[in-house]
Formats: sequence, structure tokens, C-alpha cells
Amino acid sequence: MFDSLINPEGSLFNDFRRMQLEMDELIANGRWPSSIRAVAQGTFPPINVGTTPDRVDVFVFVPGIDSSSLDISIQRNLLTIAGVRRLITEEGANYYRNERFDGEFRRVITLPEDVDQEHVEADYTNGVLHVVIQRREVARPKQIPVN
Amino acid sequence: MNDKTAVAKTHPDDVKEVSKVTRVLRPQVDIFEDTSGITLLADMPGVTKEQLNLKVDKETLSIEGDMDTRIPEGMEAVYSDVRTTRYQRSFVLSGEMDTEKIEAGLHDGVLSLRIPKRAELQPRKIEVRVE
Repeated sequence: MFDSLINPEGSLFNDFRRMQLEMDELIANGRWPSSIRAVAQGTFPPINVGTTPDRVDVFVFVPGIDSSSLDISIQRNLLTIAGVRRLITEEGANYYRNERFDGEFRRVITLPEDVDQEHVEADYTNGVLHVVIQRREVARPKQIPVN
Repeated sequence: MNDKTAVAKTHPDDVKEVSKVTRVLRPQVDIFEDTSGITLLADMPGVTKEQLNLKVDKETLSIEGDMDTRIPEGMEAVYSDVRTTRYQRSFVLSGEMDTEKIEAGLHDGVLSLRIPKRAELQPRKIEVRVE
């Protein structure tokens, strides 16, 4: 609890500053409206989504799970990722902190409209699930040469 | 901007105003103790063994790691829960911990540390003999 006071690198004021910046980002700048399927900050697992003209990459930060327990499905442009993380509790041990997520999780992500649900690949390395969804050819921007 | 920061990018203003150390992820941990030592488990998805940095300075144990994010060129972030690629957290150990004998493992983004108590300080069972 007090390590933020002891450790100068993660000082209390830095944390407040970060919080302030995050609040600013949420309220004042609101550059994009939040998605109807958006979840509260801190939901497990955290997700990052990035796009390029030909594909959409979804990074799901789910450390320490058995990848066979993951259930990934796509319906048109809705990607659902569900799974379970079971932590082993040491019997007779004295717990000081118990912050890590334990249990079932499910997240639904709205992808761009033009994703091709037939071309999806997923891999799990170092606790990150990386799903790559190709976008349909027609949707890609086309260069028009001037004669 | 290199390809590692592309997905975690924030405002240009943030980069100017906030020093590098402010934007770190605090790995979530479980810590428990049994008679022979303390076990610490930390969630650090995306960190490889090479990018993990564990240090014990006097009695402070610090855990640092950088995420290996394989971001394709020209990728635009559309949604990010994770806004930085660096993990950092530290703990103050107590004197009875044997910092020379800490064992660490990293598996599927979970760091596990075993910090044993000094052998001479481990509790001994005292036999009571009834005559």
C-alpha cells in the first residue's frame, strides 16, 4: 500500500498526475465517443486493437492461461473472446496480496465492418493472445493513377 | 516513434509533460508466505525472458519488464486498454529473506518468484517430550 510513498520512481504525485491526464483525456478531449460495448477500465483481460488497410490486429493480454481454454468466435464484425483462468491457491499459505484475476472472462469487440470472418488467425505467446483478421479486398483503398 | 510505441501512443502533449517513468504498468501480483519463504506471482503479459529485469538493491526488490509487441508497420490504434509497454513495480523485503537464493521463472507472461527465508531463521519445530 505504501510502496508508492517509499519508491520515488512511482511517487504519489506521479500517480495523481497520471490520473489527471487520464481524466482529461476522458472528459475534456473525448476525441472519440465510447463504444456501446465498452467496458469499465481495469476489466480483465485488457485489449488493444490496431488496424492497417489490409488487416485488424487484436491483442488480448491474458497471462497464464491454457490456450485450449480460450473460446474465440467471430460473427460478422463482432469478435468474442471467452476463457477461464484458474489460479491455484496454496493451502495453508498466508496471503498478503491477491490482485490477480481468477475466474471466467468474456470480452466482445466491435471490429470494422469490412473484416473477412473467413480469414482469422490467432496465436498465444508470452501471455498475449494475438488475433489477426484480414479485411476484405474491396474495402481497401485503391490508388487511382492520373493519366 | 518506433513501432513498439505505436499502439500505446497517447497525446503528443503527454510525451512532453510526463517523464518516462510515469507511464508504467503496475503488474498485478499475488503474494503469499509459507514457513520456508515467500512466493510472488506477477502478471506481465508480453514480456520475454530477455526483456525482464529483476534487481535486488539492499532490501528493495524491483521488477521491470518491457513488452514485446509485434506491431506491423503503419498500424493505427483504434482501441487501447494498455497504453504503455513498460512494467514496473517494487517491494521492500525484510531482513530474514535470503536475497541470494531468489528463484525466478517466467511462463506465459506470469513471473513467479520464490524468496526463501534464511535457513537459520526458518521456524523449527520444537518437540515437547512428556516424561
